[in-house]
Amino acid sequence: MGERDTPASSTDARWTRRHLLSLEELSADEIRFVLDTADSFKEVSTRSVKKVPALRGRVMVNAFFEDSTRTRTSFSLAAQRLSADIIDFSGKGSSVSKGETLIDTARNIEAMGVDVIVLRHAAAGSAELLARSVKCSVINAGDGAHEHPTQGLLDIYTIRERFGRIAGLKVAIVGDIANSRVARSNLWALQKLGAEVILVGPTTLLPKSFEALGARVVHDFDSVIGEVDVINMLRVQNERIKSSQFPTVREFTSLFGLTSERFQKCKPDVFVMHPGPMNRGIEISSHIADGPQSGILTQVTNGLAVRMAVLYLVTQGTAFVSA
Amino acid sequence: MRAHYDGNEVRQMIERLASQIVAAYPPATGPLTIVGIRTRGEVLAERLVPLLHRAGHTNIGRGVLDITLYRDDLSEIGPRPMVRPTRIDVDINARPLILVDDVLFTGRTVRAGLDALADFGRPAAIRLAVLVDRGGRELPIQPDYVSLVERNVPITHRVKVKLAERDGVDEIVIDPRNAG
Repeated sequence: MGERDTPASSTDARWTRRHLLSLEELSADEIRFVLDTADSFKEVSTRSVKKVPALRGRVMVNAFFEDSTRTRTSFSLAAQRLSADIIDFSGKGSSVSKGETLIDTARNIEAMGVDVIVLRHAAAGSAELLARSVKCSVINAGDGAHEHPTQGLLDIYTIRERFGRIAGLKVAIVGDIANSRVARSNLWALQKLGAEVILVGPTTLLPKSFEALGARVVHDFDSVIGEVDVINMLRVQNERIKSSQFPTVREFTSLFGLTSERFQKCKPDVFVMHPGPMNRGIEISSHIADGPQSGILTQVTNGLAVRMAVLYLVTQGTAFVSA
Repeated sequence: MRAHYDGNEVRQMIERLASQIVAAYPPATGPLTIVGIRTRGEVLAERLVPLLHRAGHTNIGRGVLDITLYRDDLSEIGPRPMVRPTRIDVDINARPLILVDDVLFTGRTVRAGLDALADFGRPAAIRLAVLVDRGGRELPIQPDYVSLVERNVPITHRVKVKLAERDGVDEIVIDPRNAG
């Protein structure tokens, strides 16, 4: 086993960014700083009064232009535990249907006095575009297939919690990689912290060009399954199942699903993860998802702590926005 | 105003602090909780516990408080040092709690500590134990137990308590800020 990760505080790291747009642009020290900060916030959720006043009087906007259960609820709860106020905004039922642009929407909301906009949008780069157009902080909650930074952070937080480190681990990310922002964010974070990333999927959903990012690209899951410490199964999206890029559901499961048979070939202490929502029986069998080696629910708990840390860090040192 | 107190003097100060606590809460009064405010309050609390054991206390709950999330200046300063976890594993309700810090100055840290403790429960009483009271209060907060009172330290000076576990040596240094 390698050494324990050194806490970022020993290197005098600080967080100075106003936005969290991607993990690609973060340094390894910055990532570790967020994870260490998340430790403190995890503790808050174990108290009987699960609140701290750190963001009292601040306003967070959940601007979700795509569906979400987990991420949206997680950010809402994170903000509430920090005593912030929340505005919920979804594309449906708003003036976006009348043709108002993303930037106009955001500027109008900002004019009412908000401190953080959490944005999920179908267009890659939308979060960065927003960050350049508003004065408040922007957190990317998923921009097209580009990145989902808080998911990447909570995934490596969970791995670090389980193994005590990231460096030297072998992590397989399995499924529809080409269309996955979760895969990309995980890839950046894992590599920066020294893990080896193995991407697994059918050739139609996993182009060879991903090798240029430093990952191993593998189309035969069984050839690598015995050597990995962590398996992160991605959701098979319904849109994909019906397309020509995809074999039948049964074929996908037999080649790439984490079935009971395949599980026998894993390392005895392999750690299984999934960002959710799961298609039980398609990419992952129920009994593995619910079993002792699954970190799936822990990921959700950690997601709350990580999002609290991110909200706290992007708003620190910034003046209260005057309405 | 002295500029330096050596290791022996510091250790005597800590013993005096412990005696004051024991005088107010003899072992017969029952369980106590000691909570140190990060960072040096935590170390100081760890020093006090064995002294209280020696005086006959058998049931001492321990905790560490990080007040960063309760500060009243969160919007004023820029990037801050790491916020570390608070750890209070005992039930603080209905028993006396001694809040421990190394230096009492403006009182804002202690105010934040009181707010934080309110989220953990309702002690029978909260008492404040500090090694040094340097004056300069901005809030109406006073120590219950204190060893060294240096009321007139100028605002240009800092009072630095060093404890061996954290700083390699026990000493108190009072010198102008940025003096190295």
